[in-house]
Amino acid sequence: MDLKDLYQEIILDHGKNPRNLGKFENYNKDAKGNNPLCGDNVHVYLRLNENKKVEDIAFEGHGCAISMASASIMTDMVRGKEEKEVKEIVTDFLGMIKEKDSLETNILKDDEKTKLMSLSGVKQYPMRVKCATLSWHTLTSALDNSDQIVKTEE
Amino acid sequence: MNIDNIKREFPIFDDKIQNNDLVYLDSANSSQKPRVVVDRIYDFYTKEFSNVGRSVHYLAVAATNLYEQTRVSVQRYINAKDKDEIVFTKGATEAINLVANTFGQKYLSEGDEVLLTELEHHSNYVPWHFLRKAKNINIEFAEINDNGEVTLEAIEKKITNKTKIISVSHLSNVTGAILPIKEIVQLAHSKNIPVLIDGCQGAPHLKLDMQEIGCDFYAISGHKMYGPTGIGVLYAKKKWLEDLPPYQGGGGMINEVKKEGITYGELPNKYEAGTMATAQVIAFNESIKFMEKIGIQNIEKHEKELLDYGLEKLRKNNSVNIIGNPKEKGGVISFTIEGVHPHDIATILDEDGVAIRAGHHCCQILHDKLNLPATARASFGVYNTKDDIDKLDEAINKCKKIFNL
Repeated sequence: MDLKDLYQEIILDHGKNPRNLGKFENYNKDAKGNNPLCGDNVHVYLRLNENKKVEDIAFEGHGCAISMASASIMTDMVRGKEEKEVKEIVTDFLGMIKEKDSLETNILKDDEKTKLMSLSGVKQYPMRVKCATLSWHTLTSALDNSDQIVKTEE
Repeated sequence: MNIDNIKREFPIFDDKIQNNDLVYLDSANSSQKPRVVVDRIYDFYTKEFSNVGRSVHYLAVAATNLYEQTRVSVQRYINAKDKDEIVFTKGATEAINLVANTFGQKYLSEGDEVLLTELEHHSNYVPWHFLRKAKNINIEFAEINDNGEVTLEAIEKKITNKTKIISVSHLSNVTGAILPIKEIVQLAHSKNIPVLIDGCQGAPHLKLDMQEIGCDFYAISGHKMYGPTGIGVLYAKKKWLEDLPPYQGGGGMINEVKKEGITYGELPNKYEAGTMATAQVIAFNESIKFMEKIGIQNIEKHEKELLDYGLEKLRKNNSVNIIGNPKEKGGVISFTIEGVHPHDIATILDEDGVAIRAGHHCCQILHDKLNLPATARASFGVYNTKDDIDKLDEAINKCKKIFNL
């Protein structure tokens, strides 16, 4: 294990200065997620237009560098994508964090994949995987209009 | 037994953990186990095992005697009047649930108040919350002050003529504040209110004398006292155990069972339904004897020295912010580092073998009050040394470096 794999420069940057932080007006989908173990929480807001494209997305919440960076990178990555594409990216990302070595989706460009792969270091830290996945599960919940608060404990 | 060499009594420190010497600073969560306790469990299962209190064969009688010997040891250790005032539970959580459930059943009704404090562990809030739901009672919280303490005055302020029971922590697992429990009990008793003390953090670190404290109930966790998991103690004055209804029903707790009715067993069996954590109870006797051998005064002195050293060291470390500043404080230092989330601190410290806890430590009410979602916490046990604290300080510096602080 190497801490440098976990705390890469890009993670520290996004963790410290998260992009798309804060609620915006006229969102039409949102969901909350929390991690009861540590008290971290996230609230994802997004606006889908009539073509089911993510026009805007942002999040509120607090958490560790990993969870903040993950939410920050995620929101950057899915803006402008269609709902179907977003879901494919989420599935691909969760698969990569859990077991696969790389990302397989063709929706993301190589530099976007590299960015996402910066989160792969958490694989070596099983207790921290939830930090990286919370905002992604919450995004899915927002798209599905679920009223359930996403919990990392099931 | 010399406290300076105590680490060698704990097998966990014999080998490296992830290529590091273990710096274990998570004893408020659970303590490590001395060899005598581990060996006792092994020996009981390999040479002496039987269920207790039922059969008449040799092993059953011997196991029953061993089991009851722990009860006597606990009685001696906490200076209870009678061994029947010692009830074994699966932990302090169950001990508090037992009181909330049985006392609540008999003595609480709509509009009655239970008085807790803002620094209670969830295990001393959730069981009372059940009653709030079931019986429409109210829960009041005595406030903490800026030092992270709960004073006698703060308790007094919240007592009303509806207060039916007061349930407070002996020692906070976050700020380390030691509550004035003797004074709280005196005040409560002057108003005929019984008091439960959550002694999870008190019992492993402070001298316990039930006659001096005078409380009605005292909950103890075995695994925080160098004992096995799955075992706790409820101390309760005999008059309460005789008066309150049984908690769980099952074998061992009955007197006579007929189709038309059931009578319950004598104390302490009345509260020990089903097969108990026999091996753990028997091994817990070794934990108590281990602590008696060191001497609780020596444990208190040792941990106070560590606390003073730790506070001094961490106060000097820039960007470390220590949570709470109680006058009477146990071996717990909760802290934050400006710009680094506690979970990141815990992961980075772990890389050097420094085991701490991060999160809300099962005290969300307190963290809400402090306006902090989480804190990092270093907590001490008998085996810790000043060297451990130096390593904590170094690891904190490494953490600051990674985060460019």
